Amino acid sequence: MTHTLLHIVLLLGVPPLLPGVIGKTKAWFAGRNGPPVFQLYYDLAKLLRKGSVFSTTTTWVFRAGPVVGIATALLAGLLVPFGGQPAPISFAGDLILFAYLFGLGRFFTASAALDTGSSFEGMGAAREVTFACLAEPALFFGFLVLAKLSASLSLTTMLHVRFPSGWGVTGASLVLLAASLFIVLLVENSRIPFDDPNTHLELTMIHEVMVLDHGGPALGMILYGAALKLFVIGAVLLRVVAPVDAGNAWADAGIFVATMLALAVAIGVVESVMARFRLVFAPTFLVAACLLSAFSMILLLR
Amino acid sequence: MAWLLIIVPLLVAAMAAVAPSNRWRPWLVPLGGLAHLALVIAALRGGPVFALQGWLVLDPLGKLVLGFISVLFFLCALYAPGYLALRSDRPNRVFCSCLMVMLAMMTLVTLSHQLGLMWVAMEATTLATAPLLFFNHNPRSLEATWKYLLIASVGTALALLGSFFLAYSSLREGLTSTLLFDDLVNLAPQLSRPWLHTAFVLLLVGYGTKMGLAPMHTWKPDAYGEAPGLVGALLAGGVTSCAFLAILRFHRICVAAQEDAFARQILVFVGLLSMTVAAVFMVRQRDFKRMLAYSSVEHMGILAFGVGVGGLATFGALLHLLTNGLTKGALFLSAGNIHRAYGSKLTDEVRGANRRLPVSGPLFLIGFLAITGSPPGGPFRSEFTILSGTIGAGRFIVAAMFLLLLGAVFVGMGATVLRVVQGAPSARAEATQYRDHLQVVAPILAFLGLVLLLGVYIPAPLESLLRNAVSFVEGAR
Amino acid sequence: MNQLLDPILVAVLLLNLVALGASQLRTVIHAVALQGVLLGLTIVAAHNTVTVWVILMAAATIALKGVVIPRMLFHAIREVVIRREVEPIIGFVGSLLLGGAGTALAVIFAKTLPIAHEQIGSLIVPAALSTVLTGFLILTTRTKAISQVVGYLVLENGVFIFGLLLVEAMPFLVEIGVLLDLFVAIFIMGIIIYQISQEFSTASTRELSALKE
Repeated sequence: MTHTLLHIVLLLGVPPLLPGVIGKTKAWFAGRNGPPVFQLYYDLAKLLRKGSVFSTTTTWVFRAGPVVGIATALLAGLLVPFGGQPAPISFAGDLILFAYLFGLGRFFTASAALDTGSSFEGMGAAREVTFACLAEPALFFGFLVLAKLSASLSLTTMLHVRFPSGWGVTGASLVLLAASLFIVLLVENSRIPFDDPNTHLELTMIHEVMVLDHGGPALGMILYGAALKLFVIGAVLLRVVAPVDAGNAWADAGIFVATMLALAVAIGVVESVMARFRLVFAPTFLVAACLLSAFSMILLLR
Repeated sequence: MAWLLIIVPLLVAAMAAVAPSNRWRPWLVPLGGLAHLALVIAALRGGPVFALQGWLVLDPLGKLVLGFISVLFFLCALYAPGYLALRSDRPNRVFCSCLMVMLAMMTLVTLSHQLGLMWVAMEATTLATAPLLFFNHNPRSLEATWKYLLIASVGTALALLGSFFLAYSSLREGLTSTLLFDDLVNLAPQLSRPWLHTAFVLLLVGYGTKMGLAPMHTWKPDAYGEAPGLVGALLAGGVTSCAFLAILRFHRICVAAQEDAFARQILVFVGLLSMTVAAVFMVRQRDFKRMLAYSSVEHMGILAFGVGVGGLATFGALLHLLTNGLTKGALFLSAGNIHRAYGSKLTDEVRGANRRLPVSGPLFLIGFLAITGSPPGGPFRSEFTILSGTIGAGRFIVAAMFLLLLGAVFVGMGATVLRVVQGAPSARAEATQYRDHLQVVAPILAFLGLVLLLGVYIPAPLESLLRNAVSFVEGAR
Repeated sequence: MNQLLDPILVAVLLLNLVALGASQLRTVIHAVALQGVLLGLTIVAAHNTVTVWVILMAAATIALKGVVIPRMLFHAIREVVIRREVEPIIGFVGSLLLGGAGTALAVIFAKTLPIAHEQIGSLIVPAALSTVLTGFLILTTRTKAISQVVGYLVLENGVFIFGLLLVEAMPFLVEIGVLLDLFVAIFIMGIIIYQISQEFSTASTRELSALKE
């Protein structure tokens, strides 16, 4: 019981911290002070107090986009185990639900973007969906590896698998898997090197351009949903990279939050060190990520 | 003795590299060839040649190929001074020394019984012949040399992988891993089968690239087309024979391992494929030197086919090695003369060679007749032997295909050759300086004389040499 | 020692991917250089007993494949002043996918070739075969002469990996001969590339199409 409550509290409360940590890391690299770590909380509070203005060309789809985005992210968050504790909801095959909840969210975001009737949103939507198409096989190959290792199709069991000891081939395979999942994380959350979350040049935006027309509470919902998505997918990655089980619900939660913040710092470092890829090169890189997890699968299956 | 055979040409190469005079340097080549020939005759007469603890051995097959290469080189070397005198505008330092290095490396291939050393020597011949191909220094020969180097190097890399596979096939079974030919033949029945099969395929592809079997033949038309006739003769007769020797060694190992059914099937298939490719590309061929390259592909196919069938056909194949090489020598040298005389290789511009070149033209025609299997030429005898061996083994379908393809090549080649030799030469052709003289014609006559001899009568020592080589390849059953 | 071999070979396989997918020629050459260094390390990892001779061989391999040959390639790029980018016939995504498929095929085929059980790690044969296939792929789908040379280098690396299985049993004479020959072959190829650019003022072999049929 406690672990379910803890899970929900973590799911609702921690995500807005992540963009703040990422921003702070990037600022540190740039020699600035940067916005405070809790900036997103302040922004959300401010946005919820505002009114909304909707364009007359839009329909209910435009209003549904942010809502579906949050709903799917929350549901997906209930499927993933945080730290050493099992997830509140788990059943065989929930990994497919997990992947396609995000797909649903993305579908509605893209539809909301197309609904505005502006060509920039459409352009961003097309690019975003292409990248997601290519990232999906990588994600599924990674899930296949985990499923093979744990002989189960439920996320909780898969992510709690005892990885066979001994470095050698298993170690290499895990490194490949982790690398592939990290790339999927970067793509799904529109971070550098696939998309620049800070750019507002029209020609270079991908995810940003899709949410350009939202304002007020809707924008708040979108920002919160994006942070949720980062949190949830990061939780999957963390289980592969740092499978630490303390046994106690509170200790597990503490370790989980700490590792999540470390992941945010890592993302910040990647964002500071690399530049965005040329648009035509991103598909090549994603195919390479697919091949990484395919390799990892081949190595384990031999 | 084994060392001398390799060191002497290398010494002559060194001398050619330092010799200062462009005019007299070419004469080092026939001198080197003569020295080598003398040493080879001594080695063939004398007792067993053995060096480096079994790494260098002159076995019966090696004797045959080495003797042939030495004779081929000597006759081509007699042609060299005359040819280089015609091209006296080009520096020939690299040309002469590379010729001698090529001879040394070919000798090393025939002698080495350590298959790794054989591989090294084979790659060395690739490297030594590349500068020879580039003698003309124009864009076309650059393209030809690039393709040659690239494709030959890929083939050699695959051949090395095959050699590794072969070495591992003994290691896998817990025996000592070895690449010594004699050890491999003795251990053959115990070698791991999957490794042996894969090794044979890789080795056939790798060495087949050097030999010019289809589908690895794509460098041949460019290389033979752009190289000087002398180099073409040495490549077509010498290097391909060395590569064939290497393949025969691996075939022997398969025979000893009783996997020869597998090996033979592949050899027959590759042989017929080569002949088909040659027949197809020979039609309407406008460049008569490229035509010779396709003829070489065809005859390499005949060699593979003969060994693939086995028995009497193997004797025919080994005899064909000699007759084909000698006839190709004549063809390439006379083609070189025609090229010099007309300044072009295309049949649009080269007509009436019989009139313009009263000796080289008819010799080219006779060479064509010989190579396509007219009696009383040597190739007729060898091809007939292969055919009777095939029919005697009861393989009528492949024999029919063999005959059909020979006929197709005759027609295709004939069209080109007749267009070259017949008719009247253009006025531009009459104006070039070149005239047939003894130095560039005598070697061709010598080649054709030997071809005629082999077609009519095989001297007893040669016959016993051939028989020993056949029993060596077939495993003396 | 032997446990290090498998991770190193995995890294080599990853570098194959980099060589296939990178658009900058410099990246490809760096990848192949790193591959050479890793292969030098595998010599040490593949031996059960490490002697001075083994360390010397490893050092020589690293020096040759990791330093000297890439340097020559960079020099050739500078001399010929070619555009830095590689122009493939199939396209980068296609090359990557083919390379991945080739690796999978190599792994499957390697299963049919039995290895003696006391051998070090079963990743050598798949890694060797897939590297050979990758080298072949680069060789055949690239048009720039330098890229073809790099493809040949990867091919030779693949053959070298397989040689690790025989490293205790093969005589060193042939190993050294192998490396030397490679060196000389590349050297001559380099000169030819230089000449190609002089004749055509480009280093693309697409220009070398005068000889056909």
